[in-house]
Amino acid sequence: MAQFRICPDTGFYFDKSAESLMKANAVAGAVALLVAGIMALGVVLTRWQEVHLLPADMFYQVLTAHGINALIFWIIFFEMAILYFASSTLLRTRLAAPGWAWTGFALMLVGAVMNNVAVFQGNSSVMMTSYVPMQAEPHFYLGLILFAVGALIAVFVFFGTLVIAKEDNTYEGSIPLVTFGALTAAIIAVFTIACGAIILVPTFLWSIGYINHIDSAMYRIIWWGLGHSSQQINVAAHVAVWYLIVGVLFGARPMSEKVSRAAFLLYIFFLQLASAHHILVDPGVSSEWKVFNTSYAMYLAVLASMIHGLTIPGAMEVAQRGKGLTKGLFEWLRKAPWGNPVFSGFFISLFTFGFIGGITGVVMGTEQINLIIHNTIYVPAHFHATVVTGTTLTFMALTYLLIPLLFRRALFLPTMAKWQPYVFGGGMTLMVLFMLGAGTLGVSRRHWDMDFTGAMLSFEYPGTAYMMMAVGAIGGVLGVVGGAMYLIVTVGSLLFGKKLEESAGLLQSFGAPLAAGVYNVEQPERLLMAPKQPVEEHGDGGFEAPGTFVLAMALLVCFVVYYFINWDYLASVWHIS
Amino acid sequence: MTSFLPPSDRIWWNVPVGKQEIVWIGIALVWCLIMFFMMPYWHIYGKQNLSNEAYQTTPAKFQVEVDAMVEKYQVGEEAGIPIVRPPAGSDVYLLGRLWQWYPILELESGQSYRIHLTSMDWQHGFSLQPVNINLQVLPGYEMVFNMTPDKAGDYAIVCNEYCGIGHHTMLGKIIVTEK
Repeated sequence: MAQFRICPDTGFYFDKSAESLMKANAVAGAVALLVAGIMALGVVLTRWQEVHLLPADMFYQVLTAHGINALIFWIIFFEMAILYFASSTLLRTRLAAPGWAWTGFALMLVGAVMNNVAVFQGNSSVMMTSYVPMQAEPHFYLGLILFAVGALIAVFVFFGTLVIAKEDNTYEGSIPLVTFGALTAAIIAVFTIACGAIILVPTFLWSIGYINHIDSAMYRIIWWGLGHSSQQINVAAHVAVWYLIVGVLFGARPMSEKVSRAAFLLYIFFLQLASAHHILVDPGVSSEWKVFNTSYAMYLAVLASMIHGLTIPGAMEVAQRGKGLTKGLFEWLRKAPWGNPVFSGFFISLFTFGFIGGITGVVMGTEQINLIIHNTIYVPAHFHATVVTGTTLTFMALTYLLIPLLFRRALFLPTMAKWQPYVFGGGMTLMVLFMLGAGTLGVSRRHWDMDFTGAMLSFEYPGTAYMMMAVGAIGGVLGVVGGAMYLIVTVGSLLFGKKLEESAGLLQSFGAPLAAGVYNVEQPERLLMAPKQPVEEHGDGGFEAPGTFVLAMALLVCFVVYYFINWDYLASVWHIS
Repeated sequence: MTSFLPPSDRIWWNVPVGKQEIVWIGIALVWCLIMFFMMPYWHIYGKQNLSNEAYQTTPAKFQVEVDAMVEKYQVGEEAGIPIVRPPAGSDVYLLGRLWQWYPILELESGQSYRIHLTSMDWQHGFSLQPVNINLQVLPGYEMVFNMTPDKAGDYAIVCNEYCGIGHHTMLGKIIVTEK
């Protein structure tokens, strides 16, 4: 029989096996982040041309390890923890098939270790993308395949848990919005992992000699169904976490359940088409295919993100105004808890994801504009704004929320935790902005030496490009420092953080304070629908969240201006037809 | 607090949506459609569009074309790589291999050339600098497009797809002369 404990702070019911799985996945993710962070330092200190730390072979090896650990292992381990939380904990239900869940976790762990071993042995410096016909060792691919199979099992345990909750009738009405967002992420994950299997299994067989040829164009198209879509799991997951954080911190309710859920639905329908972003200047693919896919049909997934961009801060604004912070357009934001890393991490990630990650992503994903951006360092600049200041920072903020709830520990070095989102978010934003600039000047990504030492011909980048790479690297170093601060706080909290026996005083209204760590509940109380709230108008002219609307319009103006600047730049290059 | 609780209305999809969201969704949708139609618009009126022309090829087959062009139009040599000056409007063959672009091209400003581009081994990236035009170069596929240089000078082709330990030495050259 399932065993639950009630979180004395929030009233969440934690199923024992689900809780252990969340902890295990979060810790495994943090270890991957540690490896990724150390590797990141090698990458930025090499691309800072005046420092140029590592030799070429080691640089490519370190870059491969950085990419895979950061983009795949850290994020997906952490997402599995989120899936268990959003299903078992939020729906007050036992976990489906804990044995299978542990099997999945073990496979993911073995796969991650195997892949890292292959990379550190030195003959698999093929980058995360491992484009054929460049070949890695067989266990490089096998590690990724095992990891993917493990993740797929975890995703099905998540689906199973939703079914059990429905059958056991553990909740009233529909699943919460956060769970709906997690469900979106899980559905995208199935598509992603299927693409991974379709391309990596034959590539593995090719690496051990059973298949003699993998077509390079086919590899790219299917591999990006894995490579890009895995980042779409992140988008859906971290948007769900944003809703969770504004709910927990401010008691915010979604402005409209219908609008937010419809936006998630648009993600399910259209988000994966974006793998076409990588194929825009490839031979053998027609313009019609490129235009339709790169724009997610008609930018319908962008529309979804723009909707979340309004409704998440909007929900927060409405909640804050309800508490009397009604002065001017932005009192609700000015008086937000900026010293709480859960909030600052969330808000910095929301802002940088929208203003930098979102806008650059759409611009470079425009079919023709991609000509002036493809494979320049603009590309990693974009995805560091989405995956690092977006997803990673969101997951860091969530960690600060979960350490007291899940691990029952107080934060270690709270002052360091308070500054961490600013150091990490600020450093990475600096790096991203200057890398965007360097990319516009044509600096190549995945390139050891912008001086081209040893080349028979010569080319010199402008001095500005060197300056931008240097400033960007300083931002990168700051980011690594911020990442280290995160790991010090989290690992320190688990080892030395004060044990929370009683309520930490957070949202006590949810449940009766109880001693922690006692699994004394066999069947949680049924989860009831949220209480109805009388309709109140806080804003002007029927606008409930006028400050958010102003922010949204500011985003739109930046978007429009930057979009047409890039068309103008494109119009100035050599004619191609 | 309802974001992690079941919605307060059982029939949540019938709850009317606020004015603010409707206005924003409308604005955002219009912008999405503008961005979508910019791409076909540029295909009709813009001057920077990739053609859809591509062929499957083999290194041996492509090498024959390159060699024939080099033999016919070679005008010099630099760093052991032939400099080729094909006539305006003609078919120009350029290959990428570990770790060079072959041959060096001498083109005339304002003239259009039909460029054929492929890789002989791994994937490479054609990055024309400082113009900043970037193309993916795949083995087995021959990409064909018209290109019109617009200013005299020396241009470099940087390889911007990682292709192994010598990747950073893979530079090519295009010389553009006045008409």
